[in-house]
Amino acid sequence: MSHQLVLEDVTVSYNRIPAVHHLTADFQCGSCIALLGPNGAGKTTLLKAIAGLLPVETGRIEFRGHELDGPAGRAIAYVPQREAVDWDFPITVRGLVEMGRYPSLGKWKKFSPGDASAVAEALEICDLSDLADRQISALSGGQQQRAFLARAWAQQADIYLLDEPFTGLDRNASEAFAVAMRRLRDAGKLIMASHHDLKSVEALFDHILLINGELVACGPTAETFTKENLDRAYTMHVFSGHSHDHA
Amino acid sequence: MTWLLEPFQYEFMQRALLACVLIGFTNGFLGAFVVIRRLALMADALSHSLLPGLAVSAILVGLSPAGLLLGGLLAAVFVALGGHVISRSSRVKEETAIAALYIIAFAIGIALIKYAGVKVSLDHFLFGNILGVGDSDLWTSYAITCFALILLVAFQRPLLLAIFEASVARSQGVAVGGLLGMLILLIVLAMVSSLQAVGVLLSLGLLILPAATIYLLSDSFDTMLWGGGALGMFGAVVGLIFSFWANIPSGPAIVLILGAIFLLAYFFSPRYGIFSRYFQRRHLHEESLERWKK
Repeated sequence: MSHQLVLEDVTVSYNRIPAVHHLTADFQCGSCIALLGPNGAGKTTLLKAIAGLLPVETGRIEFRGHELDGPAGRAIAYVPQREAVDWDFPITVRGLVEMGRYPSLGKWKKFSPGDASAVAEALEICDLSDLADRQISALSGGQQQRAFLARAWAQQADIYLLDEPFTGLDRNASEAFAVAMRRLRDAGKLIMASHHDLKSVEALFDHILLINGELVACGPTAETFTKENLDRAYTMHVFSGHSHDHA
Repeated sequence: MTWLLEPFQYEFMQRALLACVLIGFTNGFLGAFVVIRRLALMADALSHSLLPGLAVSAILVGLSPAGLLLGGLLAAVFVALGGHVISRSSRVKEETAIAALYIIAFAIGIALIKYAGVKVSLDHFLFGNILGVGDSDLWTSYAITCFALILLVAFQRPLLLAIFEASVARSQGVAVGGLLGMLILLIVLAMVSSLQAVGVLLSLGLLILPAATIYLLSDSFDTMLWGGGALGMFGAVVGLIFSFWANIPSGPAIVLILGAIFLLAYFFSPRYGIFSRYFQRRHLHEESLERWKK
């Protein structure tokens, strides 16, 4: 099983309080995984740990047989929440997607025709070719989200970690984004997206990872996305180092 | 054309011209990063915090350029680092911590300047005098220009990513903290280099105005970088000639020229100027309607 992302007994802390406890799960490339759980379940924390942004306290994260330790460079593309971005930044959609080439360009290498074609391909896959020369604030929310997916594609990463990509997208925008996401999956990529809208899970994702501070369930959507599992995840009490109210 | 060339028959004006080219370009180029990272007020605080460093070095070693450079640099780095430490170790946020430290530093500077062994007028530090630029000042500016340009061009890609999305940059293994620290160090260096020409108070104008102007004109960061450098250079040189003929100090003359260009862009920029936005609003509205109909 070499084309695999493996989490083994992973514990990650956020602000020195463990947010994800002893989580073990594995995933195949070529799948779209919904990362589900109530607020504060540790979804973002887990994504950041896989992206190498937070240290793993126990256990290990492996991809294709190699342990991921610290920033993974090109292999993993992390796409943070849309609110975190300054949309007035002086950059066009093409410029944004070109950023995906930075890790392989290093400091001095010139932008080559190969890089340009990777960028063009990424724009094509995400249906953004016509908008390539727009400044990023002139895009709609769905287009902005696809632009970030295109940049991740241009990076030619194997794993795509998306933090709440569907937040704020209307039905059409969600569908367009899902189309782009499936294209990545069909190209053998592994996509993991934190997600909070339970109604759309079955239409968008083929696998789920349900957590609430610890693993609740993991597997194909058809088998795992059940009422019992969800009830368990949304009602269980989790040790989090401090008391909090369940609303 | 004689009015253009006439000032430069004097040697001090030739030096001043060279200084304007170097300082204008470096500050304008660096300014692009300052503007997009929203560091303008931080840079303002740092410029004020140069003063105690200058005062201490004037007391200790007199008015040697190397001493002033080092003194100003240490004081500004002390304020930047101190602000970082205070914000990390207490609930006070970084901009408050830096403002608190810089105003303390500024007060210390004003109090100390009185004790400088050599006769130093406060005006000289606050407003500069480009006509007094010496050879060593020119060499210092030249070195700072080369140093800053090489670093900024070398690290342009990771720095841009670090400013735009720090977490993505980190996930790609970019040392975000180190790069932003480098940016602040370069800001301080650029300010020190423009001290002689425009002084502590007006150095911010050279740093911010060219990049802010291009930001109103273009959506390309490369244009902001090189255009900011070119505009900074142009504004400094025109300001110098203006100061010669209008018989006003060079610092305000340079900042006034750059400020006038900034205001022109604010009003008349084809895309982001307020006049053109007013007249285009209808058009944009229709365009967005089209988009939503799809």
